[in-house]
Amino acid sequence: MRIPFHHLAAPMHFYRWGARLVPWLGACTVVLLALGWWGGLVLAPPDYQQGDGFRIIYVHVPSAWMSLFVYVVMAGAGAVALIWRVKLAEVLMAASAPLGAWFTFLALATGSIWGKPMWGTYWVWDARLTSELILLFLYLGVIALLAANEDRRRASRAAAVLALVGVVNVPIIHFSVQWWSTLHQGPSVGSLGAPSIHSSMLVPLLVSALAFKCYYLTVLIMRARCEIVERERNSAWVRELLPR
Amino acid sequence: MRPAPTGRAFLGMLRRDLLIAWRSPVEILNPLLFFVIVVTLFRLGAGPGQHALSALGPGVLWMAALLATLLGLDALFRSDFEDGSLEQILTSPAPLPLLVAAKVLAHWLVAGLPLLLLSPVLAIALGLPGAALPVLLLSLALGGPVLSLVGAIGVALTVGLRRGGTLVALLVLPLYIPVLVFGTQAVTAAGAGLPATGALYMLSALLVLAAVLSPPAAAAALRISLD
Repeated sequence: MRIPFHHLAAPMHFYRWGARLVPWLGACTVVLLALGWWGGLVLAPPDYQQGDGFRIIYVHVPSAWMSLFVYVVMAGAGAVALIWRVKLAEVLMAASAPLGAWFTFLALATGSIWGKPMWGTYWVWDARLTSELILLFLYLGVIALLAANEDRRRASRAAAVLALVGVVNVPIIHFSVQWWSTLHQGPSVGSLGAPSIHSSMLVPLLVSALAFKCYYLTVLIMRARCEIVERERNSAWVRELLPR
Repeated sequence: MRPAPTGRAFLGMLRRDLLIAWRSPVEILNPLLFFVIVVTLFRLGAGPGQHALSALGPGVLWMAALLATLLGLDALFRSDFEDGSLEQILTSPAPLPLLVAAKVLAHWLVAGLPLLLLSPVLAIALGLPGAALPVLLLSLALGGPVLSLVGAIGVALTVGLRRGGTLVALLVLPLYIPVLVFGTQAVTAAGAGLPATGALYMLSALLVLAAVLSPPAAAAALRISLD
């Protein structure tokens, strides 16, 4: 199969055009985050039940969305790496794993902080909480497997297999609230037609989610560029790049 | 040399692995002993009082079975890797997923089946009601092979690494959680006199899923590890 613009995926080219993209994406992150959090923390009215406590949603929900999104990106990049042996896909997969783990951790931590005043407990063995915790373990497994093998190319292909096996968990997390009705509430933003959340609260949420996506892309490219230099340290173009 | 028909290759691999296991029976006995000791230790750790224990019984049995399987997983590819026969298997003209499936089946017959046969004794010792025993056997018969199948992926991914042991646990245990949940759920329900069919159906679904997807994944992992 011939992929258009495939030469841009060569590590050397990615290293160059990635550098140009990072400042723009970083600026987008800052602006969107400022807008989203200003809207969420200042403009949006307090919730009629939870008061100001609900405002943690502007960190919790975007990071929970990102924890799944990053996993799917990681597994997708893993599939591309296994099927077409694209070096860049291996790098993107390896660079995504720690980021996804942090988003998952953030979702769990903010959820736990939110749970104490609202549910009266930091933690319950509820379907969604448990499957999110499993997601964190899956990320940690991928990271451990990446670190265990000195041959980076082989390590990332092995981790790609593991990531693909773990994809089974993603639909379980997404639908867990509907399948098992436990303590965690159902989605408020599930259907775009009639969300059960007012637009003054919803719009900042979506903007912060977009800001989190931009943050992910920015840091992903930064990490991937770093990883590329480490992997290709013996190639001529990296040697020229580095100061003697 | 003409390649053997795939059915013959499957049976040949199965026969070979069973024969190897048969000639070193200690390998079979170790996980079994481990299973018994873990259950005993739990009984001692839980302290006196039968009441709490019979409530936790299904979970203890399933956890012990799971850990015993995990302990025995290393035997699946390790010795073949060390003496080089795994590389011979990889060069075989027969499809590799099929050969992996044969190895996993042999592993379950050697490690999982004795565990299953021993479990009613331990269940009675833990004070599980007699009505739960058929469901316990059925849940272990459905869930046990899933543990071996999923475990094969983890072992295949780490077989070339020097410190594979703890890593396998880290990779495989999160994937074992659904089996543990539904297995325990089935036995607990049966013990309480409730229908266990729902959880057993879920275990069957997991078995079908693992039987179809795990051998190709483990085969791909082996090819990466021995690249």
